[in-house]
Parts: sequence; C-alpha cells; structure tokens
Amino acid sequence: MKSLGSIRRSFAPWADPASKPFISFRNVTKKFGDFTAVDDLSLNIYTREFFALLGASGCGKSTLLRMLAGFEQPTSGEIILDGQNLAGIPPYRRPVNMMFQSYALFPHMTVENNIAFGLKQDGMSKADIAERVQQMLKLVKLEKFSKRKPHQLSGGQRQRVALARSLAKRPKVLLLDEPLGALDKKLREETQFELMDLQQELGLTFVVVTHDQEEAMTMADRIAVMSHGKVVQVATPAEIYEAPNSRFVADFIGDVNLFDGTVTGAEAGFVQLETTGGIPIRMMSPDCFAKGMRVAVAIRPEKIRIGRQAPAHAPMNTAEGEIWDIGYLGDMTVFHIRLKDGGVVKASTLNAVRAIEDPLGYDQEVWISFGDDAGVVLKD
Amino acid sequence: MVRWSRFNIASVVLGFGFLYLPIVLLVIFSFNESRLVTVWAGFSTKWYTQLWYNRGLLDAAWVTVRVALLSATVATVLGTMAALTLVRYSRFRGRVLFSGMVYAPLVMPEVITGLSLLLLFVAIGLDRGFWTITLAHITFTMCFVAVVVQSRLLSFDRSIEEAALDLGATPVRAFFAITLPVIAPAVFSGWVLAFTLSLDDLVIASFTTGPGATTLPMKIYSQVRLGVTPEINAICTILIGIVALGVVIASLVTRRREIQRDRDERAAFAVSS
Repeated sequence: MKSLGSIRRSFAPWADPASKPFISFRNVTKKFGDFTAVDDLSLNIYTREFFALLGASGCGKSTLLRMLAGFEQPTSGEIILDGQNLAGIPPYRRPVNMMFQSYALFPHMTVENNIAFGLKQDGMSKADIAERVQQMLKLVKLEKFSKRKPHQLSGGQRQRVALARSLAKRPKVLLLDEPLGALDKKLREETQFELMDLQQELGLTFVVVTHDQEEAMTMADRIAVMSHGKVVQVATPAEIYEAPNSRFVADFIGDVNLFDGTVTGAEAGFVQLETTGGIPIRMMSPDCFAKGMRVAVAIRPEKIRIGRQAPAHAPMNTAEGEIWDIGYLGDMTVFHIRLKDGGVVKASTLNAVRAIEDPLGYDQEVWISFGDDAGVVLKD
Repeated sequence: MVRWSRFNIASVVLGFGFLYLPIVLLVIFSFNESRLVTVWAGFSTKWYTQLWYNRGLLDAAWVTVRVALLSATVATVLGTMAALTLVRYSRFRGRVLFSGMVYAPLVMPEVITGLSLLLLFVAIGLDRGFWTITLAHITFTMCFVAVVVQSRLLSFDRSIEEAALDLGATPVRAFFAITLPVIAPAVFSGWVLAFTLSLDDLVIASFTTGPGATTLPMKIYSQVRLGVTPEINAICTILIGIVALGVVIASLVTRRREIQRDRDERAAFAVSS
C-alpha cells in the first residue's frame, strides 16, 4: 500500500504538457429548450485519474456525465474519449459504464444475474461469465449474497452490487453519479476510502458527480467546481481549498471569511488594502492589483488566531472584537467573533489537548489576527 | 374493535344487498328442481347436467372463449405499445390529441362503437362473423389495457432501462429483458381486464356478428326473450364462478407477493444493522 501512496503523490498528468488527455470535452453546450444546462464547456480528464464534478444541484454536472454515458447528446461541441469522437455513438456501444444514483438494480434478477447482465450482452461464454461474476462478488465482499434479489439487501449492499455490476465489463471509464448519496454518514466515509483503493487497484479512470464537497475532497485527484453550466475552477483539492480563484469557489468549498476592501498599495508579491470596516491588511499575492481596486480577501477560519492581547504586528492584519458564539465540535471549536466594525468573523481552533486551562468564554474581548500568507486576494 | 352503529350496519346491508341480491337469487335458482324459474321446488343439479347436452350453449361458450383469448392478447400488445408511447415520448406533436383519442372509447357509448364498427366492416366488405367480433373487441378493450399499463409506467424507474443500455443491451433487448418483466403484472392485469370485458360484451358483439358466430351473452339474451330457463341460470352461475375465481386468485397472488416482499425487506435490515 505504501508504494501506491507514493505513486499517487507523484500522479499529476495534468501538469505535464506532453501527456494526452483521455477524455476531452471541447466547447460542449447542452440546451433543454430555453434552459442551458452546460454552457460552452471544455475540460480534460487523464487516464487513471479520479476526477470529481462538484456543484450544487442544477449546475449541469449530471448532464455532463450523462453526455459522456451517451444518454444525452450535446447541442454543440464534441466529446473525445481515447481518441474517438463519441458523437452519434449510442450508450450500448460506449466503452464506459455508469453507476446510477438510485443504483438502478434490476429488481427481478438476483445479485448474480445483475452482475452478469452486461457480460451476457457481450456474448461471453457461460464459464467466463461465472468466473468474472465470482471475481466481482469477491471484490465487493458479497459472495454470500449472490442468490438474493435487490429488495433482500440493505442499502450498503445494494450500492456494492451496483458497483460490481458497473465494473464487471472492465470499462475504460467508470462514471459514478452521486455514488454514496443514499448511504448514512459513517458508511459513506468508509466507502469513500474503499472506492479510492478500488480505483488504484484496478487502474481505472473514475469520473464522479457529487454535491458533497467533503466527498469530492477526500476521493478525487482533481475537482472541477461547476456553476450554471460552466467550470469555475479545476484543480487538486488542496489548490481548490487554499487557492480558490474566485469568491464563488472560496465560498462554496468549506468555511471562509471574506473581507471586502480597496487596494491601497502594492509591493513585490504583496498587496496592501483596507477593508470597508477599516482594518488594514497586507497579504501575499502572486497577482498584481492596481491601487483603488475593489478586492476581497478570503481567509479560512483555522488560519485566524484568537488572542487576549493585541499581537505585535497590530494594527496590521488585526481586529478587535468579542466572542459571540461558540460551537464545540469535539475535534475543534468554532468561534464567531463580532468585530468592532459590526462584521462577524469565524475562527476555529484545534482541540489538541484534552483539558484547556482558562478557555475562552462568551462575550470575552479578544483580538483576531492572521499572517500575511493566511489568505487569498480575489478580484471582486 | 370498531363499534358498529346502526348507520354503518344499514349502509353495509344496503350496499351489499343492491350489489349481490340479484346474483344470489340467480345462483339459488340454478339449483331449483322445478322448471319454473320463480317457484322453489327443492334442490337439484340436473340443469348443470343438462347443459352438457345443449349444443347451442356450448358452441356459443366456445366462440366466446376463443374471441376473448385472441382479442385480449392482441389488445394487450397494442395497449401496451400505446401506453409506452404516451409515457415515454411526452413531447411529440399531437400527444394530447393522441392520448385523448386512445381514451375516447372508454366513455363512448357501446352502441355507437358497435354501429360505427359495423359500418366500417360493411364498407370494406369484410364478412361478418368470428373475425369481425374479435377485431371489434380488440378495438374497445385496447384502451383499458393502455390505461392500466400507463399508470404502472408512470411509477417505473427509467434508470434501470438506462442501466441496461449502459451495460450494452440494445433498446429492443433492454425492453424485453428489463422493462417487460418489471411491468409484467400490470400487463397481465390489463390482459385479464380485456379478457373479462370481451367475455361480457353483448352490445358490440351483436352489432358486429354474422352467421355462425354467436357469443354466450348473445345466446343467453336471445333465449331469455323466449323465457328464462334454469339452464340459463346454471351457465350464468358457472360464469360467475369462473370470474370470481379469477379475481380471488389474482388478489391472492398480489397479496402473497407483498407479504413476501415485506418479510424480505425486514430481514435485509436486520442483517445490515
């Protein structure tokens, strides 16, 4: 397993200009009547990648997946899979398989026959089918349930059958539509890691659609954040979280504090600004911003420090306020701090020790502060 | 325990009385010893024995069954196809008109259906008889099948069909391997309904029949005009028996399936938790 980890760490074909994309969406648009579900979208996905399409419902992510599976045809643009243009190829001739959100198991067939269905369509011999089915049952640990019908299984078991069925034909690409949406939280977390291991083991390309950002962050090599039929940002989970390219992404992924302000000056690699509440901020930024420009600084709650005294660098990157709300989550505590200017800032601290001496309490006067590399400066 | 108020008892007695008193009378008098239909003269099954020697009635029964089997089967195929089209292609031009036209025969007076079919058969010069009755029955039972199958299709999860396509089945194969088995109970109920309707029909059959093709309802009706005989009562009792048996079996099958399903689901949850 250790070696897989290192392979995974160095896996970044998207950064290599020489590598050829496995799946390419080129200027794909899909309209349903007046409604544009996917809007002039281009996207590359590479071999063996675990790729997540993330967005709120109605952002076009499922439509994109269904176009790849062949259930919808693009209104314009083209989809290339492994060098082949998919236009006009019906779903039953595409080398992709899909795992449906509702699992879509055949209710009148046993687990065994569900898994064998796709293999039978290929005209595989009976002995080969039986062998492959056994293999698949073993893979998803359902050997004992082969003779059961779908309604005799629990939700988690059904999910496994659906997975086994979609993997049985060894597709080049596995499409997963909200694969864990119907499972309860604990099972979902376990299954996330199982899916990742499976993908590594089989060396397949996975494209998963989800609205659950935690799920996408956990499993995917790269995430495409979608909104209104467009891709807003494509990047690794860490980049998406630490370097969002827009207010939308910063706000959509995780918790964030957004300070609106105006640029007051710039020096090499840094931007100086003043927030509407009057807090002076100096923040590291690779981008250049002209003086007087409206910008926003996005800072994650865990990167904000809370102190009883003003820090040494005050008043820069510092504000005074009082503790308004405290949310104790076990592993960490979330504070809502009401600033003097009226704004509310979220800050979280890790509970690394069991008993904290003299913990912060309600209504306490505190100083919040952050380093000059804690956040991202975004165009407004 | 529910308390039975007088009102409740009265409604049940009245309701059942209206529905079943005539039928009960008919059944009782089919076992009457006397030739007179309205005078009870002791228990006997002789009219049932005599049925076997009444060629006319037996022939009519045989024609009726053949017409019903054939017309119900064809109507089921056509009705299922119509239902599929109406549910699946919800956006084609003229869909409202088409669905309205499929359902019109449901409310059309039978006399009109019968008459117009007769006119059609005369116009195209089709010899009236067994085949014209069958065609007419297909026409009027088809829409009942369409209604039954359509209501099932509305709750049908289309993603299982997509899953079949995704796994490499052509649309035709997906339909026969997946869709049809899943909606089969509704298709079967549609068939039973069409069969029963065809079995019962007097009006449309009278319009579209010709020499040599007399159905049982027609035979009974024509004999009643000459006077009700206990033989008629006997054959009606047998008909009632067949229909009742069919209904009971159908509902038992459904119920058993439901109970089995419930038990299985509970077992599955017990295993998982």
